[in-house]
Amino acid sequence: MAETVERRILGRMSPSDEEIVINFGPQHPSTHGVIDFVTQTNGEIIRRSIPDIGYLHRGLEKIGESVGYPGFMPFTDRLDYLAAMLANEGYAMAVERLLKIDIPPRAKYLRAIAGELCRISNHWVAVGTMASDIGASTPLTHALREREAINDLLEELCGARLTFNYARIGGVSFDAPEGWREKILRYLDHLESYIQEWDRLISLNQIYVKRLANVAVISRTQAIDYGLCGPNLRGSGISWDTRRDLPYGAYPDFQFEVPVGQGKMGAVGDCWDRYAVRVLEILESAKIVRQALARLPEGEIVAKVSRKPKPEPGEAMARVESARGEMCYYVVSDGSENAYRVRVRTGSFMAMGIIEEMSHGLMIADLIALIASLDVVAPEIDR
Amino acid sequence: MRITTALDSTSLTTRYPKTALATTLFFMLALPFLLYAVLLLMLPFNQPEALDAVAKRLGWDLGHSAYRDAWYGLVLVIEGSFVALYTAVFAGVTTWVERRIAGRMQSRIGPNRPGVFGFISWVADAVKMLFKEDLIPAEADNLLFRAAPYFSMVGLTLPFVVLPFGESVIVADLNVGVFYVTATSAFIVVGILVSGWASNSKWALFGAVRGAAQVVSYEIPAGIAMMVPVMMAGTLSMQGIIRAQGGLPWNWFAFKNPAAFVAFIIAVTASLAEGNRTPFDLPEAESELVAGYHAEYSGFRIALFLMVEWANMWIMGALAVTLFLGGWQIPFVSVETINQIRGTDVFPTLAWFGLQFVSLAVFAIKTWALVVLFIWLRWTLPRVRVDQMMALCWKYLVPGAFACFIFTLFWVMLPASVHLASGGLLSLGAAFLLVKFGLRTRKNIAQVKGARVDLSNW
Repeated sequence: MAETVERRILGRMSPSDEEIVINFGPQHPSTHGVIDFVTQTNGEIIRRSIPDIGYLHRGLEKIGESVGYPGFMPFTDRLDYLAAMLANEGYAMAVERLLKIDIPPRAKYLRAIAGELCRISNHWVAVGTMASDIGASTPLTHALREREAINDLLEELCGARLTFNYARIGGVSFDAPEGWREKILRYLDHLESYIQEWDRLISLNQIYVKRLANVAVISRTQAIDYGLCGPNLRGSGISWDTRRDLPYGAYPDFQFEVPVGQGKMGAVGDCWDRYAVRVLEILESAKIVRQALARLPEGEIVAKVSRKPKPEPGEAMARVESARGEMCYYVVSDGSENAYRVRVRTGSFMAMGIIEEMSHGLMIADLIALIASLDVVAPEIDR
Repeated sequence: MRITTALDSTSLTTRYPKTALATTLFFMLALPFLLYAVLLLMLPFNQPEALDAVAKRLGWDLGHSAYRDAWYGLVLVIEGSFVALYTAVFAGVTTWVERRIAGRMQSRIGPNRPGVFGFISWVADAVKMLFKEDLIPAEADNLLFRAAPYFSMVGLTLPFVVLPFGESVIVADLNVGVFYVTATSAFIVVGILVSGWASNSKWALFGAVRGAAQVVSYEIPAGIAMMVPVMMAGTLSMQGIIRAQGGLPWNWFAFKNPAAFVAFIIAVTASLAEGNRTPFDLPEAESELVAGYHAEYSGFRIALFLMVEWANMWIMGALAVTLFLGGWQIPFVSVETINQIRGTDVFPTLAWFGLQFVSLAVFAIKTWALVVLFIWLRWTLPRVRVDQMMALCWKYLVPGAFACFIFTLFWVMLPASVHLASGGLLSLGAAFLLVKFGLRTRKNIAQVKGARVDLSNW
């Protein structure tokens, strides 16, 4: 029989008489998509849990080689369906670097506004599903209600609520509609006061804190060694944010903090820190949106780019701070209409690697907390 | 009225709004009223002598009939079936209540289609469950898999034998009432264990083992905490414990003795754990164990498990109300007054029936308040972890319950004036906390500029 990945994983398990091997997934309420965590446990205590990924592999990178440069844009939505704006932006930036074109300032600002709104909406889902994985179902619906407002705003901008396809090579597809600015500001006013209610409801709930504090502590070294990025890296106390440290687009113009895990409830890098970083990032994103709205420049929203661009042979890479960490697009051109190679490096995939090491000695409920705190999205892992 | 073949209740409610409203209101009020009234009216015939008197009035000498015992038994069976029916109706109605409350808490609507306010949705759910395929996994232990829900059902219905509903509405006032409830309600966990084992699924087994550990552990603090009111009343009989309390809050055990107040909180926490309610819903933790012990069940069998879960809330609430919150005691009406009104005739007076109905209502309102509290907790709190659940039980609740027990040993020796004073102080303290809670909630709502009460989508 052919050696499958699953078989190889099971081969590594070799459970003793007291242990069982159990599959968390591919269909399981809290694996956040079709991922299988092959888990060896002794009762409630986990010996090791190995992620078996690939159930959602759709060959998106390969598709990128055959649909032309603008044609791949809608596929980037499907890479990370919760933060599609940011995935769009990364790909557009990579191709723009390949074409060596500069985009109008208004487009940069619109990308920043839409991207940060999308980050807020993604983080609402992240913290909401995390609460639901810990067993509290009410915060999830409240988080989704908050996200709904952003969905409405972005729908008004580009007509879509989930897979936006908003960025274009050279700019963005639609200009901000009339009255959009006021609607965003009204929402941000609500958001900043609502965060207090959210903290009372769940962030500072004693059961919730006890479930997350000191659980699956990822140290600074481990976080760097395993290549974690984004909120997962910052949760371990490392202040690294592509928006600030390798600024792109309109981000050099904005003042914002980079929240890092401080071990407020336990050790630095525990599940609560990774959670808290996301809640704080919601407020930081709100700050960025306010600044961008205040000085939104007038002008064109898209640069002049051919419908079927043929970049010079060469390669380009763009790194954006997606909601799940640094998202890198590496695009190689051979001078034709289609890319020679499209490669995406995503935060969720990097987060999968650390699960085996962290899972040792956790309890079953802690494994769920760990997976939730890493905030993975299955298509981003498998691509 | 036309007969529509489509079961589109939406169109029915919109087409016949008045009929729908009347039907729903009728069901909402009539079901509990009917059950209560039947129980109450059957009560005087609970004794063989009363039955004889009725038969004599109808011109039948039952007292000397050879079938006297059989007739008496039949009446008891009918009475008992009404009590069992009550569990089913209560479980059904509670699913609707819970889903509506959850809907409000989660800023969504909840079931509002069949009937007005969606009240009849629980009937629709029950019918749907009955018609679902009854699936038994091929690798499961067939006999045990089929039997498991009935173990839980037995554990659910047996405590109703001694649970009081009103001043005299009780199936049997056993002199070991409190022990009987704790002993028989533990049967539910047998069903959980058997179902988990027989399902031959790892998830179900995890759930079952968790359930067993949880229920066995929490029996201990619950049992000790229950001894506090037992000591204060000097009896194990449920009615005896209620008769030892009074109608007004400072006569309730929970607000009479500080230790009893702590014991009340311990007992409610422990009963949440025994009833597998959030934050102790570990045996069926859906985000960890998919569905826990009933992961493999479907159709009628899962309906039984869910019915047990919801109807168990009545037991949890009724037990706490009986032991700590004054039971059915009507404010300003003492038990002696009720007995005087009853008279010495075989059949009581009409005024007595009225008072009985008030006592039923008092008990139901108190229990429903606790049930709503359990629902509220479920939709607010996250779930604890297994080791935290055990630590809470053995490190905090068991020693705490023991401390209450010892304190009460000395407290019962204190003079009545001290009891009255501490009752007054504790009631005032509780009222103060309640007011403070209300004010704080109001402040919090004002802070986020949220809607206070919005019933537009009902």
